Parts: sequence; structure tokens; C-alpha cells
Amino acid sequence: MENPRSLIDILELSVEEIDELVACATRIMENPAAFAHKCDGKIMATLFFEPSTRTRLSFESAMLSLGGQVLGFSEAASSSAAKGESVADTVRTVSCYSDIIAMRHPKEGAPLVASMHSLVPVINAGDGGHNHPTQTLTDLLTIHHEKGRFENLTLGFCGDLKFGRTVHSLISAMSRYKGTRVALISPEELKLPSYVKKEILERSGVEYAQTTDLEAVMPELDILYMTRVQRERFFNEEDYLRLKDSYILTLDKLAGAKEDLSILHPLPRVNEISVAVDKDPRACYFKQVLYGRYIRMALIMKLLGLE
Amino acid sequence: MTIDSIKNGIVIDHIAAGKAMELYQILGLGKLDCSVAILKNVTSGKLGKKDIIKIDRELDLDWDIIGYVDPNITVNIIKNGERVEKRLLKLPDTITGVIRCKNPRCITSIEQELPQVFKLRDREKRIYRCLYCETQAGK
Repeated sequence: MENPRSLIDILELSVEEIDELVACATRIMENPAAFAHKCDGKIMATLFFEPSTRTRLSFESAMLSLGGQVLGFSEAASSSAAKGESVADTVRTVSCYSDIIAMRHPKEGAPLVASMHSLVPVINAGDGGHNHPTQTLTDLLTIHHEKGRFENLTLGFCGDLKFGRTVHSLISAMSRYKGTRVALISPEELKLPSYVKKEILERSGVEYAQTTDLEAVMPELDILYMTRVQRERFFNEEDYLRLKDSYILTLDKLAGAKEDLSILHPLPRVNEISVAVDKDPRACYFKQVLYGRYIRMALIMKLLGLE
Repeated sequence: MTIDSIKNGIVIDHIAAGKAMELYQILGLGKLDCSVAILKNVTSGKLGKKDIIKIDRELDLDWDIIGYVDPNITVNIIKNGERVEKRLLKLPDTITGVIRCKNPRCITSIEQELPQVFKLRDREKRIYRCLYCETQAGK
């Protein structure tokens, strides 16, 4: 039997499909009640082999808002993985109990393995430092709603561009649109990996610049995508401590920014955006969380063939 | 040095000097019960130095693996002492079970029974990436 369609990597979705998802999410935002029973009788399993309260709640909220139900676990210790069960076996079992699976795993490629053995669609809810397509969909919906378009935008990515999977995925997704320009702002040690530059930016012909100076590029940006330096991506605590405060966004640093700049952040934030920035109308990171719920609703419906 | 020519079998020629043992291991030639000759550092007009493997038996080889080790290798099929076929190789699109992913964050690092699959991402630069985590082969 052929495996049902899953979503493991954002690039599995065509530009047209992303447009459809954005349009569907917009319809949901305009009239949530019309979608409140779309998933009646359907069950989503949230398999979180690594804790991520935010992402898990977002998936669960999305499914509940569609009238569906959820089951699952929120850490590997409370799953059969603690007994040594393989991802393939876990998913073969869980796909008998559910209609769709959202899976987070600390090991890269685990959701792909799951999708190869699942009887139901699998959504990658983050696999280590690798892919996190629903965060990218969230970012795309935010960009589209804030800017009204995907074309001809200058995006600044700031902070951890080496391990920041959300950065790699959003760069991949935005590289498919005309007129995308990218500024890469990071300390030397956390620069964007050269394969992302070569295989994505250069291959797509995207104009890009690398810098360590956020304020220097600030006036050009339409979107500023801030990231957290993530402790869990480092094998060495010393390196983490040395780099974690590299870039902190303050109101002073925004002095030269455009009036209609949109500041995004995949959250959670530690201290890389000063709380004083939260009240600035250009701060979009909490709106982004709400967009995340709506785009996940749209995605669940798409993968279940309900839209 | 003289190595007897073979009557029915395979000559793997134009192997980059020093690569013959790697190919010998990957192809599992040590398990064959026929004669297998490895010639190293043979003078070559084309390569300067090259390695050659002669297998004194007809058998099916995994051409993809040979292509991965070196797509410039040529494989000659010998029947009744004559070359009846010369195969030119190319880089395979997928290699399974030959190289291991070295990324400690890859799912294959904890699930040993998963097949090790690599996909060709850049033919010109011969870049393969792990199917699961996209780490470049050899990195």
C-alpha cells in the first residue's frame, strides 16, 4: 500500500500549494466557526520524543479547533522509545490509533522514517537541527499577512544561522520567490553553512550579503527574522555561553529601520529581543504564534483531504 | 610483472591508484572462491598510475557502487579470452548500504538497522547527502 502524503520538508510543497494553504488559513481566520467541525471524528496523535510545549500545543489547538481529538505523549520517557522501540514500529502502531500524526524527534530524519512506515499522514514537527516545515509555514503566513506578498522582499536573518533550522527552511522557501534579497547577520562561529549558501541561495540566484553588523543593514530590511542561540544544539557548554548574547535587539537598534519593518521570531525568546520592543508595532512575533495555529489547521485539512 | 590474462571474467580498469583495495572491500570480492588479482600502481598513459582488478569468473557486480568509487573506472567483460563488452560507469543517483552517515544527530546513529541511503545532490561536484539528515557523505 502506498504511504499517504506527509509533510517532512517545506520544499515538498509547491509554491501553488503554499498559496492555497495561505488562502485557506486566511478563510479560517475570517470565519473560524465555519471550520469548527471539519475534523469531527478524526484523531491526531502528537508524538513528541523531545519536549516542545509550544509546538505541541499549537498542533493540539489546531486539531481541537477543527473539531478533532488528540492523543499522544510529550517526551520520549513516557513513550515506548524508552524501551528501545524503533521509530518505524512506534509509528506502525500509532497509525492504527489515529488519522494523522505530528511528530517531533531529536534525531534528524526520524519523521521521514516514520512517514515511510505510517498508514496515515505524518507532519514533521521538528527533527533536531534539521527541518521544521510548520514553523516555516507559520513564518510564510506571517510574512504574507504583514506584507501582502512574497515577492520583492529583503529579509534579514539574525543570530544563530548555523544551527537555526527555521532559518534554513525559510531561506529555502523564500528563495523560490522573485526579488528575494537576504542579509545574513551573525557572529563568525554561527554563520550560515556554506552548503545552504551554495545549494539554495546561489543556485536560486538570490542576492545575499553576510555581515556581523545588524544596524548597518537595518534600513534595508522589510523583514527581520531574529533567532535564539539554542543551548540544545551545542555539544560544548563553553561555546554556548560565549555566543548566546551575540545579538540583542533593542529599540535603539531599530532607530534606522523602516516604518513598516516586520520583526519575526520563531520563539521561545530568551533575551535576544528586549521586552521593550514588544510594544513597537513592528513586533510581529506574538501574532506569529496565532498565525501558526491557523496554518496548522489548514495543513491538517489538506493532508486529510478535507479542503 | 606478469599476471595471466583471464579467459572468462571481468577486468576492472582505470581505477585511480590506491583505490583498488577500497573497491575490493566494497564489492565483497574477498568472498569469491575464484582467483582475483589486484594490480597496484600500474603505469597508465591516461592516469599516470592506476590500479586494476581482474576477476577470473563471470559474475554480476553492483555497477552503481563501482561508479560511486570512481565514475572514470571502466569495466571489461571477457569471454573466451576476448573483450565482449566495455562498460562506462556513471555516478549512481542513490547508493544504499555502502557508506555510513557520520552525523551523530542522524536517526541512523541510534537505529542501526535502518538502511544507509545517500542521494546524489550535485553530479558535477560528486556530492552525496544522507537521505535522512542531508549530511554530506564523508563529512
